[in-house]
Formats: sequence, C-alpha cells, structure tokens
Amino acid sequence: MIGAEWVKFRTVRGWILAAVIAAVAIAGFGIAGGVQGSCNQSACTQLVGPGGEAVSDSFYFVHQALAGNGSITARVTSLTSTVRMPGGGARRTVVPWAKAGIILKASLTPGSAYVAIIVTGSHGVAMQDNFTGDIAGPATRAGWLQLARAGATITGYASPDGVRWTRVGTVKLPGLPTTVQGGLFTTSPQYSQTSDGVASISGSPSQSTAVFGQPTLTWHGSTWTGTNVGGSSGGAAGPDTGYARTGSGFAITGSGDIAPATSGASGIGVTIAQTLTGVFVALIILAVIGAMFITAEYRRGLIPVTLTACPRRGKVLAAKAAVIGLVAFAAGLAGASVAVPLGQRLLRSDGAYVWPVTSLTELRVIVGTAAVIALCAVLAAVIALCAVLAVAIGTVLRRGATAVAAVITLIVVPYVLTVPIPVLPLGAADWLMRVTPAAAFAVEQTVIQYPQVDDVYAPAYGYYPLAAWAGCAVLCAWVALALALAYVTLSRRDA
Amino acid sequence: MRRAIRAEWAKTWSDPGTGWLLGALVALSVAVGAVAIAAARCPAAGCGQDPARISLTGVYLGQAVAALVGVAAIGSEYGTGMIGVSLTAIPRRGRLLAAKAVVLAGPVLAASALAAGGSMLTGWLVLPGHGFTAADGFDLASRAMWRAAGGAALYLMLVAVLGLGVTTVVRDSAAAIGIVLGLLYLFPVVAALVSNPATQRRLQQVGPMSAALDSMATAGLPALPLTPWQGLGVVAMWAAGALVLGGAMLRLRDA
Repeated sequence: MIGAEWVKFRTVRGWILAAVIAAVAIAGFGIAGGVQGSCNQSACTQLVGPGGEAVSDSFYFVHQALAGNGSITARVTSLTSTVRMPGGGARRTVVPWAKAGIILKASLTPGSAYVAIIVTGSHGVAMQDNFTGDIAGPATRAGWLQLARAGATITGYASPDGVRWTRVGTVKLPGLPTTVQGGLFTTSPQYSQTSDGVASISGSPSQSTAVFGQPTLTWHGSTWTGTNVGGSSGGAAGPDTGYARTGSGFAITGSGDIAPATSGASGIGVTIAQTLTGVFVALIILAVIGAMFITAEYRRGLIPVTLTACPRRGKVLAAKAAVIGLVAFAAGLAGASVAVPLGQRLLRSDGAYVWPVTSLTELRVIVGTAAVIALCAVLAAVIALCAVLAVAIGTVLRRGATAVAAVITLIVVPYVLTVPIPVLPLGAADWLMRVTPAAAFAVEQTVIQYPQVDDVYAPAYGYYPLAAWAGCAVLCAWVALALALAYVTLSRRDA
Repeated sequence: MRRAIRAEWAKTWSDPGTGWLLGALVALSVAVGAVAIAAARCPAAGCGQDPARISLTGVYLGQAVAALVGVAAIGSEYGTGMIGVSLTAIPRRGRLLAAKAVVLAGPVLAASALAAGGSMLTGWLVLPGHGFTAADGFDLASRAMWRAAGGAALYLMLVAVLGLGVTTVVRDSAAAIGIVLGLLYLFPVVAALVSNPATQRRLQQVGPMSAALDSMATAGLPALPLTPWQGLGVVAMWAAGALVLGGAMLRLRDA
C-alpha cells in the first residue's frame, strides 16, 4: 500500500522537484548565515566555566590565599543595590540576584572553580558552586554565613544570630586545588525588567554594597587584598567597585555576576537556530505538496480507483500520511544536516558568537527539525483530506488552499508573532507556544534557562515555554486529532 | 465590462464559502486585535507603544484569510475547469481578470474596513483603561489613527488582489496560497535574522508585510523605513505586479 502511494508521489516530477527545492532552501539559508561578525576573535570569546558552559564571572573580591582545610565565618549586616538609570543618575532598588558572601575560588582567573555561600537581594541565602550548582537556604537577606572545607568536601552553614546554625548544603569539588583564594565578595548583575509586557526589555548595570562584620578564619590569616575579578573597572561608564574597612569589617561594592551566561535579552550571540531560517521556506513548500498529494486524487477522479484497490480506508489514509511524512522527513534531514554544521562554522568564521552545543544536542536539533517538517506536511495532507470531504462550509473551503493556509497560520504565524517580530505580549507569546503546533519549534532550543539568573526568557530569545519533547508532543497531538477526524469522515462519506 | 462584472459577481458571491471567508476575516482580525489590546499595558512612565499598531494586530492573521479569498476567486475555476467556460463567455482575457479584480476588491475592502474599524473601536474602548492617554499620542479622532485604520483596510484588499494575481500565474490554489503567504511571512523572518542594518532596512522596505506595517503606524514615524503612504505604495506595487503578470500569462498561454 505504501509502495503504491510512493509510486503516485514519485511519478509527479514537480513534487519531487519541490521536495528537493525544500531541502536546498534549508541548506541555502543556513549557509547564507546573515550575521556579520561585529566582534573579532578576542572580544567575542565567551568565558567558560569548569563544566564547559558559557559563564559570567566578575565580582569584587577581598581575599587571601588559604591552604588546606579550615573554615571562614562572616556576618553580612546589609546588602543594598543601586541601578543606573538610562538617563543618568542612580536609583536604589532591590536587585533580586545581587550576591554577597563567602567564596573559596581555585584562582583569581575568571571561570575557575569556586564554591560560595551568599545572601541575595531577594532569593534568601544560597550555596552555589561552579556556576550551575544552586542550593537554596533560609530566606533571609542578612545574617551569619560559614564555609568549611575538608579536602574536596565543602559545607555551607547559615545562621540568623551566629549561635544557631543550619547546614545549607554540601558540595564535592574534586577540582579545587589545595591552596585556594578565599574571602568575601559582592557582585550585582545586570538589572533587567520587561517594559510594557512585550519582550522588549530595559536593562542597566547595577552595583551593590554589602557590609560585612569581622571575618573569622581557622587558618592563620594574612593580609586581605582587594581584586576586581573579571571586571572592566576603570572605564568612565563602569560602576565604581572597591572595598573599605568599616571598623573590623568591610564594606564591599561590586558589580557583575558569578553565574551561567544566558542568551536572553541581556546576553550576547546567536544560537544554532539561526542556521535554520530556511525551515520556513521548506515548511510552506512541503505543506503545499502535502495538500496537493490529497487533492490531486480528487481532482483527477483517482480516489475511487484507490479505494477499489484498497477498500480499507484507514489503511489508505495511513499509507498516504506515511509517504508524505517520510518524503518531508528526508528533505528536512538532508537540508538541516548541511545547514546546522556548515552554517555554524560559517557564522563563527564571520566572527559571530554562536552558543556552543554538544554534538548530541546538534543531532537532536537536526533530527527534531526534520521531524517537525514531516509532521507539518502530514498535518497539511490530513487537513486537506478533511477539507475535501467537508460539506458544511461550501465549495470554496473544499480545496487544498484552505489546508495550506490553515497549516501556515497554525505554525508559521504563531512563530512569526513571537520570535522574529515579537509583537505579542509575553504572556500571550508563551501561551501560543504551548498550544499551537508551533510549540514544536522548542526542538530548536539549545540554551538553558537558569532559575538563578534573571533574564527575559522569551521565545524571542530562544527560550520556549515547553521542553523539546513536550513541544513535539503538542504537534503530534494536533496531527493525531486531524488523523482521527479524517478517518471518521473518510469512513462515513462516499469518496 | 459591466456584463463581465455582473457575471463575475454572480459566480463569486453565489458561493456561500466566499461569504464565510469574509466573515472569518472580520471575526479573526477583531478577535486577535482584542487579545493584543487586552494584554497591552502602558506604564505611567510612558510606554512608547503605538496604540494603532496594538489595535491592528489582527491584520497579521486577517491577511492570511484575505489571501485565501483572493486565491479562491480564481483558484476554484482552475480546480473545476470552469475557467474554460468563463473564457468562452468573455474571450477578452484582460477584461475577465479585471472584472474578477473589481468584484473581489470591493467586498474585501468593505469587510477589511469593518475589521479595521472594529479593532480600532475595541482599542478606543479598552486602551484608555490600560494607561494609554492622549499625552502618549492616543487620540482616536486624530487623522493619524484614521490613516492607520484605512491603511490596514487597503492592505487587506491589496493582499486579496495579490492572491488573485499569483493564482492566475500558477493556476493551482494550494501552490498559490503557499507563495502568497510565503511572501508575506517569510520576509520579516529573514529580515529579523539579518544583522547588517542596511540589508535589513532594505528587506523591510521591499517586503509587503513590513511595508504595510509602516502604513499602520502612528508613532515613531521618522524611524520607520518607509512613510505610511510609501508603505502602502510598495504593497500596491506587489499586487499590481502580480495582477499584470497574471494577465500576461492568461493571454500568452492556454488556460
């Protein structure tokens, strides 16, 4: 049965040609790139952490070298933040992920391994390590903190009064050298907020000042040194950072972040989804072929022959769906496996920063994209069948054009309105990307959303509300629904 | 010509599907606009948003229906072989296509005006409650607002004519709607991914949808790639070009 349908497809030269054009479109748009390098090699290399992920690592550090095991205890009396206003001047505010506390860091080199216990602007006490580790502690904005090291095991404690201590967490960092830089730090990330609910955001640098009490060390202490780690201080526009002694303690002012980097509104670079623009061209072409594959049978009066040859209507439906799906999958796979690896390399050689992905993720994006194209072509074919068989609305709707328009408005329009030209408010955009078949574009997401980093995680910046598999499941549900509808109409009606 | 128009009118509008499509055009445009209006907020500090554009968000979806109306106007004739009969009755091919364009454009313009007017009315009723005031340039009685609504209505009409022209060229409804919607939606997708500002601006000037968006703006006009009337002119050129090409093809080859 599939063989018969394949012969019907294969022998129409225009359809085969169109499938090839679809594959070439994906590859061509991928290679055309579009992003001109705005940065040279040195300026645009993103810092990477011990786990290989892109990170930001800048903070003001009052430190000394600490060898072997021991513990540091310090009290954070206050943490205040100011945000630079776009027009000039500064405003006091709460920066949710402003961080101040105790840190043990492998070296002063940005991106090196670390473990820290911190108080934050509005997320309470947290113990964080190596940029991605984040353990939540008590919800206080000030208090006593302690970090104790025993070999590779570091334990963090917090206390409201310095007497009653609670253990926040324990982490193992085998990569931490015997002698580390330890001490107190403050940092304060880019303060971003969505203006007017649309995915446009206003962000500005913030700076925070934390007042610490006298730190107590079990190591025999030497003198404290202040370093602005990873900072670009000294510039006229840069926030003032530094430290001052306040009696026996310190007041440390810092700006920056110790966190995984994000590709969101306040981030940089492009994701590999940039190489997949051609998918939309391919999608429209294959939706057209999918619809024609069905309507041609009706127009040429072939359908009675088909149903005589195979009276089981469900089987005919399945065979047609399988053939168009496999053709679209092959075209998508061929196009994407050229576009993604090659397009990525060309973007990099043009000087653009492309977010790094593992080869497994790359494979998921390629195969996932091909699957999305295949499912969309099947959806177009099945809707075309439903449209052809529909009697209620009239003859104008009983054409392949309706199916093509439906598939395009269900898949391309939600994508266009949320990703390339975000005109919809964030809530509506997220909602569209959950329920429409466009949810399946989540397979193109390669960047990770971190709860410990404030950013605008909107589809426009490569963050989809659903996971890749869940997004595909939404599209599959649409296809299944259409198939069921087509099966019911096909078995009830005369062809 | 009058007989041709009367014949085309009877053919196009005796099909109940056409009426349904025009109803869908109005309903979908107003509904999408209402969602965008309901979600829009203008903070006290001033929002820098264009109330006309928010109200007319429905055009993004309405244009797909308008294109479908245009495609169906001649696509169904090719689908059923009716085109042979039509050309026997009116052998002057340019006249046939012109009559079709006239019969299509009038009712689509009326429906589009209804859609744009309904969207603006919703905006006028709801947006002042969401912080939009006259100080932000929100003045429904202003000429700019009327121009934006008129631009939206004319744009939808031109999209339908574009659909008619493209279908005459390719002689298949499914392929035609794919081409028209591809033209409309792919330009902004490609333009958004181009980082060279000069190329991006050029693409936004040439693309029919982005050009039409410039004609629906009432705020920040100097920063836009085209003035409102230029934007509408670009779309008109696309529609006229498709229609002329369609007429030439109709004359040159067999139906």
